[in-house]
Amino acid sequence: MSEVTIEWYIALCVVLFTIGSMGVLLRRNAIIIFMSVEMMLNSANLAFVAFARNLGDLNGQVLVFFVITVAAAEVAVGLALIVAIFRTKKSINIDDLNLLKG
Amino acid sequence: MGNPIVFCILAIIAIGSAVGMLTSRNAVYSALFLVLNFVTIGVFYIVLNAPFIAMVQITVYAGAIMVLFLFVIMLLGAEQLRGVENEQRFHLGLSIVLGGLLIVAFFAVLVTGGGDTSAAAMIDSSPQALGLALFQGYTFPFIVTGILLLSAMIGVVIFGFSRKRGADV
Repeated sequence: MSEVTIEWYIALCVVLFTIGSMGVLLRRNAIIIFMSVEMMLNSANLAFVAFARNLGDLNGQVLVFFVITVAAAEVAVGLALIVAIFRTKKSINIDDLNLLKG
Repeated sequence: MGNPIVFCILAIIAIGSAVGMLTSRNAVYSALFLVLNFVTIGVFYIVLNAPFIAMVQITVYAGAIMVLFLFVIMLLGAEQLRGVENEQRFHLGLSIVLGGLLIVAFFAVLVTGGGDTSAAAMIDSSPQALGLALFQGYTFPFIVTGILLLSAMIGVVIFGFSRKRGADV
C-alpha cells in the first residue's frame, strides 16, 4: 500500500460510476439525471487516462478527447430537448413525462 | 502514479462532491458540486501526466457544459424543487471543507512534482504529440466528430424554434 497502483484508479472509477448510476435511478428531476450521466462519462474518462498512463500509450488520451467532444454535443441536444419539453408540459419531473404525446 | 496521500485526498473530494451532487435538493447546488467533481478529475489528470487533457477537461466540462446546465436550470426555474430547505448549512460546511481540501491537494501535487517520472511509462503528452496522434491515427473519427457537432448544433437550433403555427403549442 505504499504506492498508487492502477487498481486504486479503477476502484475510484467504479465508485464514481456507481454514484452516477444511482443518481439516474433515484432522482426525478431530468436535469439531475443528465448530470449523473455526465458523471458516469467522466468516470470512464478517468479510467482511460489512468490506463494511458499505466501502459505508456497515448491513445487513451485521444479517446478522452473524443469522449469529451461527444459529451458536449449530447449535453447541448439533451438540454434543448428538456427546454422544448418544458415549454409544453411545464414540468421536468420525469414522473410527469410518461406519455409519448408532446 | 502519484503519492498515496494526494490520491486519497483527491478521491475523498471527488466522492464527496459526487455524493453532494446526488443528495442536493436544489439543482443549482447539484450543478456546483458537479463542477467541483470535474475540477478534481482535472487535477487527477495532472497527476496522471496528462496536462493538456486536464486543461481541456476544465475548460470544456467545467467551463462550458456546466455553465450550459446552470443556464437551463435558471431558465426553467428548476431550483425550486420540493424538498427541505434547512440543509443549506450542511451544504455550506460540506462545500467549504471539500473546496479547502481541493486547494490543499492541488498544492501538494505541485510541490511533490506531479506524477512520477519513471522512464518506463513516461509518455509525451504535450499538445504536439496529442495532435500528431489525433491527426495521423484518428483522422476519420476526427472528421466524423466535426460532423457530429454540426448536426448537434442544427438540432439545437431546430428545437429552439417555437412552433407558433402548429396545432398545439
